[in-house]
Amino acid sequence: MDLDVMISYLPLYKDALLLTMRIGWQGAAIAVVIGLLGSAGIHFKIPIVRYMVYAYTQLFRNTPLLVQLFFIYFALPKIGILVSPEVCGTWGLGLLGGAYMTETFRSGLDSIPKIQSESAESLGMSRSQVFRYVILPQAVSSSVPGLVANIIFLLKETSVFSTISLMDLMFTAKDLIGMYAKTIECLVLLVIFYLIMLLPVSVLGDLLERRLRHAEFGD
Amino acid sequence: MEKALLSVRKLHKEFEGNTILKSIDLDVNRGEVIVIIGPSGCGKSTFLRCLNGLEDIQGGEIYLDGKKLQKNAKNISSVRQKIGMVFQSYDLFPHKTVLENILLAPVIVQKRKRAETEAEAMALLEKVGLADRKNDYPRQLSGGQKQRIAIVRALIMHPEVLLLDEITAALDPEMVHEVLQVVLNLAKNGSTMLIVTHEMTFAKAIADRVLFLEHGEIAEESRNPKAFFEMPGTERARQFLKSFEY
Amino acid sequence: MQSLGIDVLFKGTNFLRLLSGLWVAVRISLISVSISILVGLIVGVLMTSENRILKAVFRIYLEIVRIMPQMVLLFIVYFGTTRVFGWNLDAEIAAIFVFSFWGIAEMGDLVRGALISISKIQYESAMALGMNGKQVYYYVILPQTIRRLIPLSINLITRMIKTTSLVMMIGIVEVLKVAQQIIEANRRSSPNAAFGIFAVVFLLYFLICWPISRLSVSLEKRWS
Repeated sequence: MDLDVMISYLPLYKDALLLTMRIGWQGAAIAVVIGLLGSAGIHFKIPIVRYMVYAYTQLFRNTPLLVQLFFIYFALPKIGILVSPEVCGTWGLGLLGGAYMTETFRSGLDSIPKIQSESAESLGMSRSQVFRYVILPQAVSSSVPGLVANIIFLLKETSVFSTISLMDLMFTAKDLIGMYAKTIECLVLLVIFYLIMLLPVSVLGDLLERRLRHAEFGD
Repeated sequence: MEKALLSVRKLHKEFEGNTILKSIDLDVNRGEVIVIIGPSGCGKSTFLRCLNGLEDIQGGEIYLDGKKLQKNAKNISSVRQKIGMVFQSYDLFPHKTVLENILLAPVIVQKRKRAETEAEAMALLEKVGLADRKNDYPRQLSGGQKQRIAIVRALIMHPEVLLLDEITAALDPEMVHEVLQVVLNLAKNGSTMLIVTHEMTFAKAIADRVLFLEHGEIAEESRNPKAFFEMPGTERARQFLKSFEY
Repeated sequence: MQSLGIDVLFKGTNFLRLLSGLWVAVRISLISVSISILVGLIVGVLMTSENRILKAVFRIYLEIVRIMPQMVLLFIVYFGTTRVFGWNLDAEIAAIFVFSFWGIAEMGDLVRGALISISKIQYESAMALGMNGKQVYYYVILPQTIRRLIPLSINLITRMIKTTSLVMMIGIVEVLKVAQQIIEANRRSSPNAAFGIFAVVFLLYFLICWPISRLSVSLEKRWS
């Protein structure tokens, strides 16, 4: 392994990491917002909306991100919707993640027994107060394991961005291999940079999960 | 004197260095109903589990009908068929219907004919008032119904002794009654039972003999339950009973 | 407005070519899933072991699978190992290897979860009825474990099918690659074909994965 070569590649990988993380986290943020809205739509049985949300989640959960990105990036321009690679990556990830987050939050909301809202209402809370102070905090804490898993999943999925010519980690590695044929060096750097991106999330997620579990059951 | 059905001699049980049961002696006669009470952690549930070979014991012997009982011994299965047990948590097999739950052991363990066993199962279900639920799955039943099925599942093996381990402790109060009623009927019909319970009124009504267990020892034993519950002989039992408002 | 490519789809053998491309992806998935389930069952049982070394090994294995994108693993196996060991690796074999590596970890974790979720009282009440060890496993534990596992394994199939779309990146001609070829060949006569063709690919994936995931959900509901 040629260390000098690896060091010379570092700036390129660093830029790629920043781009990958930016798009990854923006996508994840969009996913969380979509997930909150979508799960509320289903949980509160809002007419029409709930069916649209259902169709959306089924469609995006049952197709690969790569196919979704190809559709957004190559097909939509043909009917006049032009998007840049970065917008495509961000929204593609956001839409995919939104479908998973909706499921996660919905099962979080459903997991709270009815008696919780009934007892809160019997204390004189309004319906929005019940949701804000009683339902939501519990739903969020029971959704955390799913939320963390989804975020890790989404950050991993960024690896397909190179196909729509985004200069992410995968793209950079592929590009450099093609150019200089330093395959091993490039792949080792690729693994290291993905570790930098994902290991902290994985570890923090575990810690968060453990803390919440303690808070919830007191042991 | 009649020979005891179940005999326990110097039973000793330890777990991770702690003594759970100390040198317990007990003879249970046929048709006798023994109620075991005591503070939580006194070893009463462990005692029942030892009698069914679910726990290793570190000393002493247990005999059923003169046959020695040993965990991991070859004869453990045949001994267990003669000792029925019902647990606190509803332990029905979730993947089988009520009837399948009842028939599983007699058919595969005792190799009895399905048709006649089924007739017997239906008769037992009739007795506990659940004949119409025979094709339901456990998750469709209430806690009280599950416990009545668990009792039937134990009874169909024709056990000589029935061990009941706090079978109403996890039930809502209004379901306790339906389960206790079944147990009272069994007592009336001469079943031999060892019962661990926190239901004191029930204990007083059903017991031929009461054991008060504390720190793994029989602290008091009484063949006159009425007298025991009104005026226990030991101070500890008095303290224990006082904590129950019944 | 020009045609959006549906005519291209029915030109010559185009649609059949798309389907055969899809079959490549599905075939790789099915082989990988079969390997994953078989080996995963064994790995899952081993994961419940109390052996410290075994535990540490599986911990690291699961963490690798959890945080490394399959695409990275695919590159390591297909480009990396061929470089290091100088062998010739068929792309499809490399893909099956990587997806099985991933699937075995997933399946093993599912099996472990299913095994430890069956409460001790189930073993005990079966023993209390006089069943011997074999009978307890065969009549009580195994049926419950399998019921829990079937919906999850079916779910693994759809995840595997979705993941196999990545194999175009190591030069396997599957449905996306075929789609690109068709679009390229008709660029002149039908410049907007990309819309219709990619929409159809989208739909094809959905039509395969959706029924399978519905089956998994309904089995899970029925047996829970």
